Amino acid sequence: MTEARPDPDQLLATVKAEEARSRRGKLRIFFGASAGVGKTYSMLEAARNMQASGVDIVVGYVEPHGRVETERLLEGLEQLPTIAVSYRGTIRREFDLDAGLKRHPAILVVDELAHSNLIEGDPPPRHAKRWQDIEELLGQGITVWTTVNVQHIESLNDLVAQITGVRQRETMPDRIFDEADEIELIDLPPDDLITRLKAGKVYVPEQVATAIERFFRKSNLIALRELALRRVADRVDAAARASVVADRTSRAWLARDRVLVAIGPDAQAEQVVRAGKRIADGLDAQWTVVYVETPDLLRLSATERNRRIDLLRLAESLGAETVTLDGPSAAQVLLEYARTRNATRLVIGAPKRRGLRAWLRPSTTTEIVRKAQAFDVITISATEDVKHGEQSVTTAPETAVPVKWERYAWALATTAVCTAVAAAMYPYFEPTNIVMAYVLGSTIAGVKFGRGPAIVAAVANVFAFDFCFVPPRFTFSVADFQYIVTFVVMLAVTMVIANLMASVRQQTRVAGARERRTALLYAMSRELAATRGVSSMARVAVRHVTEVFDCKAVVLLPDENGRLRYPREAPIEGSFPKADLSIAQWVVDHGKRAGLGSDTLPAAPALYVPLSDEHQRLGVLAVMPENRRRVQLPEQRHLLETFAGQLGLAMERARLQEQAEAALVAAETESLRNTLLASISHDLRTPLAVIAGASSTLVEHARDLGEEARTALARSIETKARDMSELVSNVLDLMRFEAGQIVLRRDWETLDDLVGSALSRVEDRLRSHRVDLDLPADLPPLHVDANLVVQTFANLLDNVGKYTPAGTAVRIAARAEDETVRITVEDEGPGLPRAERERLFDKFQRGQDEGTVVGAGLGLAICRAIVRAHGGDIVASDRPGGGARFQFTLPTREPA
Amino acid sequence: MTQAMHQILVIEDDASIRGVVRVLLQAEHYRVIEAETAARAEVEAASHKPDLLLVDLGLPDGDGLKVIRKVREYSPVPIVVLSARTMEAQKIAALDAGADDYVTKPFSAPELLARVRAALRRSARGSEQPPVLQIGQSVVDLNRREARNQDGELHLTPLEYRVLESLARQAGMIVTAQQLLREVWGPGRFDDTRALRVCLKNLRQKLEPDPSRPRYIVTEAGLGYRLRNGE
Repeated sequence: MTEARPDPDQLLATVKAEEARSRRGKLRIFFGASAGVGKTYSMLEAARNMQASGVDIVVGYVEPHGRVETERLLEGLEQLPTIAVSYRGTIRREFDLDAGLKRHPAILVVDELAHSNLIEGDPPPRHAKRWQDIEELLGQGITVWTTVNVQHIESLNDLVAQITGVRQRETMPDRIFDEADEIELIDLPPDDLITRLKAGKVYVPEQVATAIERFFRKSNLIALRELALRRVADRVDAAARASVVADRTSRAWLARDRVLVAIGPDAQAEQVVRAGKRIADGLDAQWTVVYVETPDLLRLSATERNRRIDLLRLAESLGAETVTLDGPSAAQVLLEYARTRNATRLVIGAPKRRGLRAWLRPSTTTEIVRKAQAFDVITISATEDVKHGEQSVTTAPETAVPVKWERYAWALATTAVCTAVAAAMYPYFEPTNIVMAYVLGSTIAGVKFGRGPAIVAAVANVFAFDFCFVPPRFTFSVADFQYIVTFVVMLAVTMVIANLMASVRQQTRVAGARERRTALLYAMSRELAATRGVSSMARVAVRHVTEVFDCKAVVLLPDENGRLRYPREAPIEGSFPKADLSIAQWVVDHGKRAGLGSDTLPAAPALYVPLSDEHQRLGVLAVMPENRRRVQLPEQRHLLETFAGQLGLAMERARLQEQAEAALVAAETESLRNTLLASISHDLRTPLAVIAGASSTLVEHARDLGEEARTALARSIETKARDMSELVSNVLDLMRFEAGQIVLRRDWETLDDLVGSALSRVEDRLRSHRVDLDLPADLPPLHVDANLVVQTFANLLDNVGKYTPAGTAVRIAARAEDETVRITVEDEGPGLPRAERERLFDKFQRGQDEGTVVGAGLGLAICRAIVRAHGGDIVASDRPGGGARFQFTLPTREPA
Repeated sequence: MTQAMHQILVIEDDASIRGVVRVLLQAEHYRVIEAETAARAEVEAASHKPDLLLVDLGLPDGDGLKVIRKVREYSPVPIVVLSARTMEAQKIAALDAGADDYVTKPFSAPELLARVRAALRRSARGSEQPPVLQIGQSVVDLNRREARNQDGELHLTPLEYRVLESLARQAGMIVTAQQLLREVWGPGRFDDTRALRVCLKNLRQKLEPDPSRPRYIVTEAGLGYRLRNGE
């Protein structure tokens, strides 16, 4: 090893995990080898110590099992009320998660980590398992103390079952155990335990005898104790390794093992998965469970196929990544996948085929072992005797695929056709060649009508050939034994072809379905990309999701306060109106799926998927499928999540866009306000100063001043007052334009009239300029608001007076165009600042920087508002040969 | 000076503006009566019988329009309106209600005095009109229907003569487009502003020294026309 170089991603992950942990509550598990070792007792004792030292510790739930010592310990500890759940006619006391969250103590004691909540109870629990309740408590920053026995740990479940012969149904994921902050091993030697049992300290007396007999045998207890000790040791080891990563010394960036676990829909698969978990843990490796869908497997019954759903979910709960692949041959697909994922080990069930069958059609395992390169293959042999506590799975009754009888009829028709052709050939050909006609016929039947009809055709062909052409003719007896060979080969060839064709067809169907789904996803993305607004996107998504998943769906979006609400728009086809807002709210708050088929509230009729990105919960996609099992298929679930992800991304994009636009508007408003203030400070204060100064001088010193001086002062007051008046009018005009208060009072006007009015209005300012007019005599009359158009001209000409040197010319030209007149006003001044040409029309923009020229640069903004109100536009450009040019259009007909 | 005899009623709620107007008018030897509300104005107008009314359109107890309508019921006394620039609609309403002219606030002293003089002149003249108009270099004899300038005789159409007659009747004061249409084209054609525009354009071409920058036949954008001669 040359240099210790930790993988930055892994370091980051470690840091992130640390951060998450620091916000989370701590999980402390009192861990034992079996019931009765005193976990609950130790936990309560510790709790009392904590309480004594002033820590806010509360008992959420403790199963007393009628044990006196335990009950005595509970006295004096604060206990949360339990919740009464009616279940199959009885009332059970259960832990009340909401009460715990509401009380929010520093430490909450909740017994029995692996307990299963009563899903079918009333009220239904939020989560199926208590460990999920505890996860939520931890997530809310509450430290939880709990207890668990070794046999409840998922990956050890098989082993314990093998040791004790009793399968434990209540399990919890290894992850919870491994990620616990503190594990307290409560160890009691088996002899002591048996003594305690017999003393009646563990179970209530009447249960003792059976319990001891079945489970608490000394050999069992020894084995379980060893298992528990080893599990804790493993965990310590894992922690040590994790700290190695944190210490940035070596090993961390060594190539890691990847274990691939291949399963099929057989009974052995579950064992293979659990074995895979143990192997992966032993190697500290990532592991993937692969299920390969082959044409053969597609022929299995729905019940058998549904097993894989449970298998893959088990694998996921054990921490595996799951993948469903499809291809013609499982071995080939697996080998290919193992190579692309750089798997180091492949775990697979041992082949069960024996003898001739195994030799004729080698099992997937045999094939893989033969071809494996660069990775080890570990085969797991089946143990027969473990009794499965088979979970009852409710399945929809399998609907028989209607047999297509007409296909069989067509198959028999091919036989008839073949016979006719053969009869025609008979006089000229040997029987061996006549056979070819039949082979061709059954091949066609295989291609066109499928496996069953092809086989029917093959058999019929054999009989027809025998009956019609094999001597003695028109009997089924065969004279020459050689024909038997012909029959067999004929039958075999047909079968092989029919099988091949069926496989190809099946593959095509599967591939077609996948392609269709991809296409649908693409279709939705594309439509979303073209949609604006979050609620419109939601509608697009609902339409697509309902179509693809054959379900009812709805997208729930948060209102201004972040609470989810039903869509306000009229419901669209396929939307489902009775989504449970409280489940949806939980989903959006926790960013996890809930409802049908998920870990939380699995009995709900609909599945709720969060729409979110890293930073923000955007809403919830609720889906109520027609076929409830469909969303539980892992690939369907992944596809649904892909849809949700796609929608989330699109909505995030829309939200960012809206924010950006709002920010822009706000910034513009802000800058307008600032400019207005700056403008007022300059353009209003300056004339006011002059007015105040001049008038006070007149009042105080009128007598000392000569006639001329008095007039000059008075004149300056007048001029400045007019400037201010003009400015105020401009500001008011613009505000009225922006508030939409200006109504055009249009009438027919001639451009000469309007320009003339404008010129007389700015007469004083343009005194030292030459005005060239180029207004054709045949110009059509304009349909405009005369006052406003005159103002436009006046503003433009006013600017000419302000910004161009005396003695230069201004030219006003007009040309009739289609339904408009294009008007050009150009001067011979300094021209326009290139960079600011478009901004010129913005409020308070000046051609030149602050200077002595009065007027806040509102003129052009008003011009633009007026021209636009008339349905035209105004643009600024350079006049060839120097100067500025403004062009705008005005209408020559009444607006429709 | 006959002006000294003229009595002007100033109807304006703002004391400082009233003050300025009073000083200005008294400097020109007019007698000034003041009213700050519409109600007061009606009383003053009826009792003093002023020679001219200066009416501010924005009064606290009802607008100046009411005063104009009321006074017009019994008197042809000239009425000049004071209004802000942003009150185009009210300005037109006031002219329609019978006001003779308007002055936009803020106004200059010469402007206000010119309007007042023109209005009083029209009043003194009654409906009589001067038979001969001097427009720049051109001379138009309305009675004999003859027009000429330094280059010789000008040909005006009958319609153009009638327009000039209407403008001349209120020389120096505004004549609204509606009024011109009514008087020249007749009540049936009151919305044919296009014909009116063309007619005035032609008049300018014939009479104005520089038709593109009219000095005598002036357009008041959105309101009407004013014949400026002699002033």
